[in-house]
Amino acid sequence: MSTTTTKATTATGAAGISSTTPPTRTAADRSYRRRRVLEWVAVHALAIALAVLFVMPFVFVVLTALMTDQQSLTRDYWPDPFAWHNVVDVWQTPGFATWWRNTIIYAVVGTALTLLSSIPVAYALAYFRFRGRNVLMMMVIATMMLPPQVSIIPLYLVWAKDLHLTGTLWPLILPLAFGDAFSIFLLRQFMLTVPRDYLDAAKVDGCGDFRTMLRVVLPMIRPAIAAVALFQFFYCWNDFFGPQIYTSENPAAWTLSYGLQSFKSAHHTNWNLTMAATVLVMAPVIVVFFMAQKAFIQGVTLTGVKG
Amino acid sequence: MTAAALDPGLRRRRRRERLRNLAFLSPWLLGTGLFFLYPLVTTAWLSFTKYDGFVSPVWDGLGNWKFVFQDYPFFWPALRNTLWFVVIVVTTRIVVGLGLGMLVISVKRGSSALRTIFYAPYLAPPVAATLAFVFLLNPGTGPVNTILGRLGLPQPGWFNDPTWSKPSLTLLALWGVGDLMVIFMAALLDVPNELYEAAALDGAGAIRRFRHITLPHLRPILLFAAITGVIVMMQYYTEPLVAGQVASGQIGGSGQQTEPGYPDGSTLTLPQLVYNLGFQRFDFGAACVIALILFTLSMVFAAFLMRRGSGFLAGED
Repeated sequence: MSTTTTKATTATGAAGISSTTPPTRTAADRSYRRRRVLEWVAVHALAIALAVLFVMPFVFVVLTALMTDQQSLTRDYWPDPFAWHNVVDVWQTPGFATWWRNTIIYAVVGTALTLLSSIPVAYALAYFRFRGRNVLMMMVIATMMLPPQVSIIPLYLVWAKDLHLTGTLWPLILPLAFGDAFSIFLLRQFMLTVPRDYLDAAKVDGCGDFRTMLRVVLPMIRPAIAAVALFQFFYCWNDFFGPQIYTSENPAAWTLSYGLQSFKSAHHTNWNLTMAATVLVMAPVIVVFFMAQKAFIQGVTLTGVKG
Repeated sequence: MTAAALDPGLRRRRRRERLRNLAFLSPWLLGTGLFFLYPLVTTAWLSFTKYDGFVSPVWDGLGNWKFVFQDYPFFWPALRNTLWFVVIVVTTRIVVGLGLGMLVISVKRGSSALRTIFYAPYLAPPVAATLAFVFLLNPGTGPVNTILGRLGLPQPGWFNDPTWSKPSLTLLALWGVGDLMVIFMAALLDVPNELYEAAALDGAGAIRRFRHITLPHLRPILLFAAITGVIVMMQYYTEPLVAGQVASGQIGGSGQQTEPGYPDGSTLTLPQLVYNLGFQRFDFGAACVIALILFTLSMVFAAFLMRRGSGFLAGED
């Protein structure tokens, strides 16, 4: 059977087997082909229609972002004239540049700390044998699934009343120095795919665990590290709940996600500036995505691939 | 075993190993203690106290629990809304994600461009994406209602109408379905092609092939998507909160902005109650009750995932 299974020949193969008399064969063949063509057209039409639907929100947001104040109160689609200065206006809104800087600090420092703290933990959970390893692994998974709202009240009270650090970025960044459950989980799953022989060979060569981790394992799990770094960067960039709880009292410590929400109430009636701000918050994420698309999709697949 | 333990060389090695384990694991051991166990124990204790954050907590027995279940007007609506989102959003996201995955795979040309287009919205920051959708769907000047009007179709109030606010949020969640699509695509590509060809030879139509070949192969990944979807929906916070706040500000005056779950409590979810009780009413005890309910629900589903998906989570051992 498998000899006739190359893609192009399935159609003729199927017709050839199912019929014995030449006249019906060509008729069946023709109708089969017609069905194939119709199917092709239907699939592609649907795909294009859906693609347009998925892109439209971006398009409308960008177009509205470039409208003048008056025009954004109308039902027009197309900006006339193009108000490019909206982007500059948003940038010069008091606070916006600060929120931008805060977000970058949170995302960059947070991602670095997450990697530094999570890699050794993942390494230990992947390769060391010790009592309580399964319990620890279960804690990682449980933490991963824990809504942040569950533990927020005691944590907030400590940050606010004992450490007096609310209104700064510290409560957002510092916890990432203690390992991030999702990153640990993802890194460990990937480390398990590294052939054991490499580690044994390193050990025979007199390599300690720390050196083995840095020199042997890390280079081999580069895709997972890239994925974890990207996910964590995006998590920080998008985080709303953390900044809302910890920084709301001090606008100088707000991040973009939190600041953006206040933007609409400041620009009550006009959507154009709000949409321009939205574009400015979305743009870096989309740019990073296009630069690192492969790592992303690999990373997403990694989370569910072992099903 | 006992003889080996007496050997001083071995014992030293054991100790070195234990120190090494501790060194590698230390960030997480500290992290679990500080950010998981400590808050959990404290939350449980605070849930039995009256505490406003200023005066020290006072033991109150089941007072907060009674308050939440009997007198707090938002608990049952929020629970109902959360269940609505769990059922509708998780189901539609799986159906649409799987549909898109199958579509992208069956497209011969331009499939990688399509994948990019369907995946990109998933990455849009939630606050930005929510703002975008509140604008797109706003009843006044929103492009969607403008188009519906030109086509002579009804124009719903979307985020400003209690019956449409949850469907609007569902649309927003469907726009970000790209993560599921990618996971399903990987699983779909794993189904051996010969199976489809053999079935086609036997005269099985597309629907039967889907039911008898595709679905059985996807069952583990569907289960994974369903459970993680439920867990994510249990945490559904940013989108409904921002949508409610922005949509209410856009119609009413500033006084309306504090109404939780605008319009009419229809977008209120359980996690929002922690914020409402703890950080708006300063009733930390009652907020801890909600936190514990959330914790219990999440852990039930997490346990389910660990048991049913043990092959996926445990890795090879």
